[in-house]
Amino acid sequence: MANRVARRSRYSLRTLAIAYVALIVALPLIVICWRVVEQGGSKFWDAISSGQAVKAFELTGIVSAAAVVINTVFGVGVALLLARYRFPGKRLLSALIDLSISVSPIVVGLALILVYGPYNGWFGKGLNNAGVKIIYAVPGMILATAFVSLPLVVREVVPVLEEEGIDQEQAARVLGAGARQRFWRITLPTIKWALAYGVVLSIARSIGEFGAVKVVSGDISGAGQTQTATLLVDERAEQLEPGSYQVALVLIAIAVLAIVVVSLIRPKEHQS
Amino acid sequence: MTLLQDAPGAVSSDTAPRRVVDRSDATPRLTRGPGLGLGLAVSWLSLLVLIPLAAVVAKSTGGGWHSFWHEVTTPGALQALKLTVLCSLGVSIVNAVMGTLVAWVLVRDSFPGKRLVEIVIDIPFALPTIVAGLVLLILYGPTSPVGVNLLGTQRGVFFALLFVTLPFVVRTVQPVLINLDGEAEEAAASLGASQFTTFRRIVLPVLVPAIASGTALAFARAMGEYGSMILISGGINRTRVSSMYIYQQIENFDYAGAAAIATVLLVVSLIVLVALDLLQRWAARRG
Repeated sequence: MANRVARRSRYSLRTLAIAYVALIVALPLIVICWRVVEQGGSKFWDAISSGQAVKAFELTGIVSAAAVVINTVFGVGVALLLARYRFPGKRLLSALIDLSISVSPIVVGLALILVYGPYNGWFGKGLNNAGVKIIYAVPGMILATAFVSLPLVVREVVPVLEEEGIDQEQAARVLGAGARQRFWRITLPTIKWALAYGVVLSIARSIGEFGAVKVVSGDISGAGQTQTATLLVDERAEQLEPGSYQVALVLIAIAVLAIVVVSLIRPKEHQS
Repeated sequence: MTLLQDAPGAVSSDTAPRRVVDRSDATPRLTRGPGLGLGLAVSWLSLLVLIPLAAVVAKSTGGGWHSFWHEVTTPGALQALKLTVLCSLGVSIVNAVMGTLVAWVLVRDSFPGKRLVEIVIDIPFALPTIVAGLVLLILYGPTSPVGVNLLGTQRGVFFALLFVTLPFVVRTVQPVLINLDGEAEEAAASLGASQFTTFRRIVLPVLVPAIASGTALAFARAMGEYGSMILISGGINRTRVSSMYIYQQIENFDYAGAAAIATVLLVVSLIVLVALDLLQRWAARRG
C-alpha cells in the first residue's frame, strides 16, 4: 500500500518536472526546428548567406574571439592572484568580478556609453578627438561582451587552484624552476579542464550577447555594419522580415553544441 | 623568502620556504611580479567595470537627489519598475518550487531520457536571449500551433522570465541533493514518518540555503532581463520592463533618466550579491 503510494507520487513528480521543462524550453525549440525544416533548405541557405548575414556572423566571430581571449588571459591571471596571494581589497576585487555578470546588459551598455561615448563620454570625447572610435564600433562591442562574461573563467579556475594547493609549485620552485616554467608545466596542466570549461561557457555567452552589444554598437546595418548575428535575429523578427528563424537556429545549434561539450568536459574535471 | 613573510605561523621572514606551515596561513603576500599583474588586472577592471558603473551612478545623481527621485517616479518609470519587481518576485517563487522539484526528480529518479532533460535544462544559460524570445513567440505567439497567444501580455513577459531563469535553482540544489546521504531519511521513514514529513523535516532544511541562493540568482537575472522580453512584449507600455525603459531613454538620448533606473537596478544587484555572500557564510557555519 505504502509502496504503491510512493510509486504513484514518484511518477507524478516525474511527469510534472518533465512537463514543466518541456513546456518552457523543449517544445518551443522543437517548433522552431520544425518551422525551419518546413520552409526548406534553400530558404535556410538564403537566410544565412546574404551579405548582411555573413557580415553579422563575421562580426559575432571577431567580437567573441577577442572577448574570450581577453577574458581567458584576465581570468587565469586574476584566478592565480585570488587563489595564491593575499592583498588589501581582495574581497572587493572578487565581489566586483561577480557583480559584472548580474548587471543588466542594458545597464552595461549605458555604463560604457557614458564613459566611452564619442560626444559626451568621460573618456570618449578625448578619444574621439584623437580619432579613436569605441562606441558604435567594434572596440565597444568587445568591451561590452568582455564585461558580461567577465567572471566565467575566474570562477571555474579559482576552486581548482585552491583545492590543488601550492605544494607542487613550491617543490618545482625549490628544484629551481622559473616562474614561466612553473606556470606551463604545473599550473596550466592542473587547471586545464576547469579552464576549458570556463572558455566554452565564455564562448557561448559571448556569441549570444545581445542587449549590451545592441546599445554600444548602435545596431547599424548597411554600410559600416555593426550588427551581429543576435542583432540580425532581432531586426528580422521585429521587421517581420524572413530569415530570423534560420539565423536563430544556427545560434541554437551553437548553444547546444557548447552544452554538450561542457557536459563531456565536466566528468573529467571531477576525476582530476 | 617572501613566501612566508608575515604569515602568522612563520617564525621569522628568514625561515626557509620549506618549513611546513598550515596552508591557510601560508598564503603569501604579493611580490613584484604578481604585484604588477594585480596592478594590470585592477586597471583593466577599473576601465571596464568600475569607472563605467560609477559613471551611471554619477549621471543619475548629477542633478541632485531631487532630480534622481523625479526620474525614478515618472509614471513610465514607476510602471516599468513595478512590473519588473512583481514579475521577478513571482518568477522567483515559481522557480523555488519547480526548480527544487526538477532537481529532486533528476537526482532521485531515473528514467529513459534523463540525460536529455539535463541538457535541455542548461539551454537557457547558453541560448542568446533574443533567440529565447523568438522561440517562445513561435509556440506562444500569434502564429502559435497550439492557439495560445501571449504576444503583448504581461503573462508573456512572465513566461519568458521563467524560460531564462529555469536553470538557477535546479543547478544550485542538485549538487546538495547528490551529496545528501539517505541515512537520516531512512531513519525517519523507519520510524513511521510519511514521505512528505520526511521531505519537510529532514531534506528541506538541508536544501534551504541552496534554494535561497538559486532563487536570489534567478531574481537578479529576472530584474535585469532584456533580450527575451522585447519580442514577446510587443513593444507596448503595459509590458515594458525596466531594462526596456532604460533602452528607450538611451535611444531618446535621455541619459539622466536612463541612469536613474539603471542605478536602481544596480542597487538591487548589489543587495542580492551581499545577501548571497551572507547566505553562503551562514550555510558554511551551519556545516
